[in-house]
Amino acid sequence: MSDAPTLAVESLRTHFFTKSGVVKAVDDVGFTVGAGKVLGIVGESGSGKTVTAFSIIGLVDPPGRIVGGRVLFKGEELVGAPEERLRHLRGSRIAMIFQDPMMTLNPVLRIDTQMIEAVRAHDSAVGKDEARGRARDALGRVGIPSPDERLRGYPHQFSGGMRQRVAIAIALLNKPDLVIADEPTTALDVTIQGQILYEAQKLCRETGAAMIWITHDLSVIAGLADEVCVMYAGRVVESGAVDQVLDAPLHPYTRGLIGSVPSRNARGRPLMQIPGMTPSLIDLPPGCAFRTRCARADAACAETPPMTEPLPGRKMRCFHPHLGASA
Amino acid sequence: MLVYLIRRLMQSVVVLCVMSLLVFLGVFAIGDPVQILINPLADQAEIDRATAALGLDQPLWRQYWLFLVNAARGDLGRSFVYNVPAIGLILERMPATLELAVTATFFGVILGVPLGMLAGLKPASPVGKSIMAASILGFSLPTFWVGLMLIMVFAVELGWLPSTGRGAATCSLLGLKFSLCTVDGLRHILLPALNLALFKLSLVIRLSRAGTREVVLQDYVKFARAKGLPQSRVVWLHVFKNITIPIVTVLGLELGSTIAFAVVTEWIFAWPGMGKLIIESINVLDRPVIVAYLLVIVFMFIVINLAVDVAYSVLDPRVRLSEQRA
Repeated sequence: MSDAPTLAVESLRTHFFTKSGVVKAVDDVGFTVGAGKVLGIVGESGSGKTVTAFSIIGLVDPPGRIVGGRVLFKGEELVGAPEERLRHLRGSRIAMIFQDPMMTLNPVLRIDTQMIEAVRAHDSAVGKDEARGRARDALGRVGIPSPDERLRGYPHQFSGGMRQRVAIAIALLNKPDLVIADEPTTALDVTIQGQILYEAQKLCRETGAAMIWITHDLSVIAGLADEVCVMYAGRVVESGAVDQVLDAPLHPYTRGLIGSVPSRNARGRPLMQIPGMTPSLIDLPPGCAFRTRCARADAACAETPPMTEPLPGRKMRCFHPHLGASA
Repeated sequence: MLVYLIRRLMQSVVVLCVMSLLVFLGVFAIGDPVQILINPLADQAEIDRATAALGLDQPLWRQYWLFLVNAARGDLGRSFVYNVPAIGLILERMPATLELAVTATFFGVILGVPLGMLAGLKPASPVGKSIMAASILGFSLPTFWVGLMLIMVFAVELGWLPSTGRGAATCSLLGLKFSLCTVDGLRHILLPALNLALFKLSLVIRLSRAGTREVVLQDYVKFARAKGLPQSRVVWLHVFKNITIPIVTVLGLELGSTIAFAVVTEWIFAWPGMGKLIIESINVLDRPVIVAYLLVIVFMFIVINLAVDVAYSVLDPRVRLSEQRA
């Protein structure tokens, strides 16, 4: 493997050109993930997490379009790469797990059909029986009992947690170098969530794959990720090693996000919350998108804050960071 | 599944009985066939004799009872006009209509599904928009006019295709005549089938487009693409299998109504099918033929609907026939 990180995203911009205006869903996003590492991307709904993921694998549908930036997969530029090359990478080198397991599997096709096609799409030399064998092993690895029988089932015969395991098994079928998981546990209940997290982590560690774990749940990030990017209104507002960011957030938004998590220490007291709502991304004015909800905002915030690195390994976009204060 | 099929067939017997009563009463109400069949100069004695010969002197309930008893033995009565069994008359004409309707439906599906899916995949493109505009034309142009135009262009002006009849060379299968199996027959069926297909084509285009537009937004389609499947497999397997149910539903009904009421097209292309037979029979109040015809049609609708229900369970594993208490 070359020295290049598994994935490097540089000032990626994905905009949606709708009738009511340009939606800058992803606006100057950058991060890197190395092999065997887990990057967490946190943010509220609509902050551009999912669009970032789809931009990486080249599945942004019109009216959306990547309008700038680079996506380097092991040094190879993916923005503007031919569709056939992207198709070859998708599902084989870069796999994705979706948010809602109830919707990810095609309801009218059997599990084996959906797994075998994923193998054979990338290696037509693999026979049906061998592909089926791989599918069965993959189901076994994610903890599905009697995989032989389950292969012949249809998605509606599986529970949500089981379906997500199947989706993970499909994603890992071709031993990808990068797994992008888009809130894969949000729709599941907590015990299943724990199991899925455990499985995903174990499998990535075993195969040495890099992983991007998108979520709005900070506790998941705390237990799973090595690094974290906090996204707000299409931009990365803060990034760094997960312990540092969670212990001493620099950006007021990160601080607010952490404060919003109910914890035992805050028992009996009213939860801290971030006032207001995420702004509409349609024709978002320049400037810090968080300033309308930020207690520290002043006139300077009408300018878009640049990405700075006030501490080693800690990047953020804010004119008034919480430097020297602990959370 | 088997239990379900048996229950459905038993229900269909009830439907047939109710339908026969309705048809019988309806036909009874529209007039006295003797007045039309008999020589206008005939005297009363002759009229009475004819009425008695046709069994029309009996009270209505008795006529119906006799009809039921005979029907149970497979005899739906003799045509007043041709004096042959009505069911035979219908079965003799049925293959012509069946093959016309099936060919038309086939055209509708073969052309309509790909065009509709194309329009659904690229709704904003000029191609997608033209397909939709064409389908509006297909809906709104009257069948008879399109039929005449087809004859004008392809039979009269260009002289490529014949405009009337089934062609001489038909082959028999189980004693029934089919023209689909000869080149000449195919040449004859092409224009009327296209004429009938036009409406179905437009319908299938619209259904396929609506279905495709809905399905491509589903996560499982995106997931299929994220698996790196070729676009062709995503479209022809993942999308296609999910849009078939409404198409099959409508096609079943359409096939039935085409078989039953392809009258206009059969008339224009002088196609010797059942449509012409029923119109002629209604004109002369040939009661047994009308009743038998409508019962055959009802039975056919029952069979088609059953086939559609079975098709559902094949197409969508979530549909369980045995659980329905329909």
